Parts: sequence; C-alpha cells; structure tokens
Amino acid sequence: MTPFSYETAASTAEAIEKSLAGGRYIAGGTTLIDLMREEIERPERLIDINRLPLGGISEDADGLIIGALARMAEVAAHPAAGRAQPLIVEALLEGASPQLRNMASIGGNLMQRVRCPYFRTLDAPCNKRTPGSGCAARDGFTRAHAILGTSEHCIATHPSDLAVALVALGATIRTAGPQGSRDFPLQELYRLPGDTPHLEHTLLPGELITAAKIPHGAYARRARYLKVRDRASYEFALVSVAVALDIADGRVRQARIAAGGVGTIPWRLAACEAALTGRVANETAWREAATLAVADARPLPGNEYKLVLLQRTIMRALELAGEIP
Amino acid sequence: METMTVALTINGRRQELALDPRTSLLDLLRERLGLHGTKKGCNQGACGACTVLVDGKRINSCLTFAVMHSGAHVTTIEGLAEGARPHPLQVAFIEHDAFQCGYCTPGQILSGVACLAEGHASSPEEIKAWMSGNICRCGAYAGIVAAITEVAEKNHA
Repeated sequence: MTPFSYETAASTAEAIEKSLAGGRYIAGGTTLIDLMREEIERPERLIDINRLPLGGISEDADGLIIGALARMAEVAAHPAAGRAQPLIVEALLEGASPQLRNMASIGGNLMQRVRCPYFRTLDAPCNKRTPGSGCAARDGFTRAHAILGTSEHCIATHPSDLAVALVALGATIRTAGPQGSRDFPLQELYRLPGDTPHLEHTLLPGELITAAKIPHGAYARRARYLKVRDRASYEFALVSVAVALDIADGRVRQARIAAGGVGTIPWRLAACEAALTGRVANETAWREAATLAVADARPLPGNEYKLVLLQRTIMRALELAGEIP
Repeated sequence: METMTVALTINGRRQELALDPRTSLLDLLRERLGLHGTKKGCNQGACGACTVLVDGKRINSCLTFAVMHSGAHVTTIEGLAEGARPHPLQVAFIEHDAFQCGYCTPGQILSGVACLAEGHASSPEEIKAWMSGNICRCGAYAGIVAAITEVAEKNHA
C-alpha cells in the first residue's frame, strides 16, 4: 500500500480545508481501504471524518433526514426509518454483510466505487482507472455489467442498493463545501460515463456529503426492494428493483420505480412510472409498465439475459408492493 | 516510516502503540500483538474470518486502519472466555461440531456473539441471513446454526 499521512478533522470546515489541500475523506473505509490495498486508489493524505457531528437520524414534517456518517446498520435498525421509509431499511439490509453494515457510512455508500473486476485488476485496461487505456470489460465477461447508460468507454454498474431506493424515493443530499452548503437531488450526484468514465460524481473539490433527506410521500408505505443475485444474501445485484406505490380505490395515483444492477448509475425508470399513473393496480398494468424499462437498453452478448430479468423483477416488485395492505 | 501513536483497549488491556497508519486492525492484532486467533482469510472484507468486536459491534478488522480506532475497546477470540470458563457460544460450537478445519471459527464465534446480542437469532433462517458475512469452506454451516440456536434458546429460557 502506498504510504499516506493520516489526520482526523475536528470540524467540517477543517475537513474541507484539508481536503482542498489534497486530502481524501475516509469514513467507514470499506471501499477505500480495499482499493488502496490493491493500489487502485493511492491517496497521499487521509482525512478521517468520523469524529464530525454528521451522524444521527431524525424526522421532520417534510421527511426523514439521515446523517452522512450514520452507519448502514444503525439506519436499518432505527424506528423512524422503519416507520417512515421501509424501502430504505429493506434496501440496506439486502446490501453487504452485518459486519460491513456496522462499518459503512451512508455518505460512503453513495460514493462507493464500481465492482467491475477489470477496474480492480491493475493490468487490465480500464478507462475509469486510467483514462484512455480502453475498456477490458466490453470484450470480457459482461454477465454482471450494465445495459443502461453505458458508453463504449465504460459498462460498469453502480453497486449501491441504497442509492437505488433513494433515487426511487426522490431523495436529496445536503453537502458542505468551500462555497457553503447546498441541497440537490441524489440523482444529480451521479454522472453517466460517456467518454469520461473516470468522472463519477458532481461534487466540487472539497465538497462533502453531510446528509440525505427522503421526502415523505403517500407511496412510502407500499414499497419493496427486490434484489436478484447469485446467493440469497451478501452478494451484489444482478438486477434489483425499488418500487413505491400510492394506490387509492384500486388505482395507481403515483408510482416510483428505480433499478440497480442494470445501469451505470442508479436508474430511475420514469417511463414505467408514468405508464402506471391512473391505471388499475393489477398484473396487466405491471406487465405493460415493465416492458418500457428496456426501451433504451444496449445489452452485450454476456448480459442480454438482463432484458428479461429486469422486466420480470419490476413486475414481481410491483406485485409485492401492491400486496401490502 | 512515519508512525503515529494510538491508544486502544484490547481484550480489556489498554495499550499505547506507535503504528504505521497503513496497519490494518487485523495486522495489528496478529503481527504486532501476537493475537493469532483472529484470522486473515481474504483480506478484502468478503470472508469474515477477521471479525472482531469494536465497542461491542462486529466488524471486519481487515478493512479498517488501527489508527481509526483511538480509544476503542476491541474484543478478539482470545478475550471472549471469562478466565478458564469458555463463552457459552464456544461451548456450543464444540458440542455441535460447528467446525472442521477451524480457520473461520474465531470469526464465526465473534460474529455469532454479536448476532445473538443484536437479537438476530430467533430462527435458523434469520441466523443464516445474519451470519452471511462469515464463510466456511468446510461447510460446517449446519453445526454453526445449531450452536447459535442453542445459545439463543438458553438465553430466552
């Protein structure tokens, strides 16, 4: 591992100052330390932000607020989270292992890097790791790779389950940076790979995620996160779907749908949502909405199966959410 | 090499240590302190052999730097028994033959102790889901689940 200096930040302002001077934030460390050991990440200066007052979970009239330093396990076990947003709890518990959920912070979860094996193999070309070197995945084993939002330069999927649920629920994040604080939709944090896959997010230099806010919605109660993967637990998604439904008098008033395991970023399925508005909540509606999910998909020979699997997972997730009384 | 001083309480004993900041908590335990009970399996957070308790919570000691735990209380398999009396889960592992080669066992037991403390051991299904961060390549899972179940039942008796 490349040597680095390590320091703790006593305040957010101090952390930002140190980050602007070349420091890299570390919270749970579960992604970063792994990548540092492989020398895929080589920060020279680490700023430990764990002592900043950015933890905790609270609720106000508008929504649920999760501090960026709250741990996945802590949020999943919090009564307010379970009451206000069961989808968040289900997505968190479907991710990682109990040990990792005790370590990984919410901010770090949203900022975690891709699991593409070529990104993680130093001698394979990877445009994300070494811009311009090429993409070994395109001609490699693509079974776990994306079918939506890809480019000829990168096809890696975004690995977070939580981000899929948050995007479905229209969550915003709050950040602190040299210019002060700002709030914006989580969806706007993520950049499509295009021809610059090494640029993954829209945070400015020094900017730090301080909280996520999930607005209350009539759809929050009828919500499910369905994750399809090679093992029953502790595995990344091949396909995952988050749905939240507001149903009144047997008709869909509003649907929120996002997918994981298929997109280069957490993928909001706006066309599926729109197709469900006003429809009678039944299997026909679920099936017709699901077919719209793959209109823009560009599969490769190794991951064509995801076209069908995504539609079926959407259908099943809608069915499960619709069954919630 | 630049070193940093960090104070940790390991198995009840407070220690001040000068460390290279790159030292993982796992390497501190094994290489520096000679506590070889905690195992290095994958060294990337996938197998759970390195599971220890930090301030009562189970974590993967391979995926964290020791300097990040200033002031923390760490419990390893060496610190689980009370004097000569093994922890009830250690006894249950022996009774249920919950291991073969034994390499994953310390991590399984620490993870199991936390699983019980968290209240995630009410059924075999729940235990399987909440022990999924610990891999056993010998396949002693049936015994592991039985051992945790037995301690959970005794705790509630």
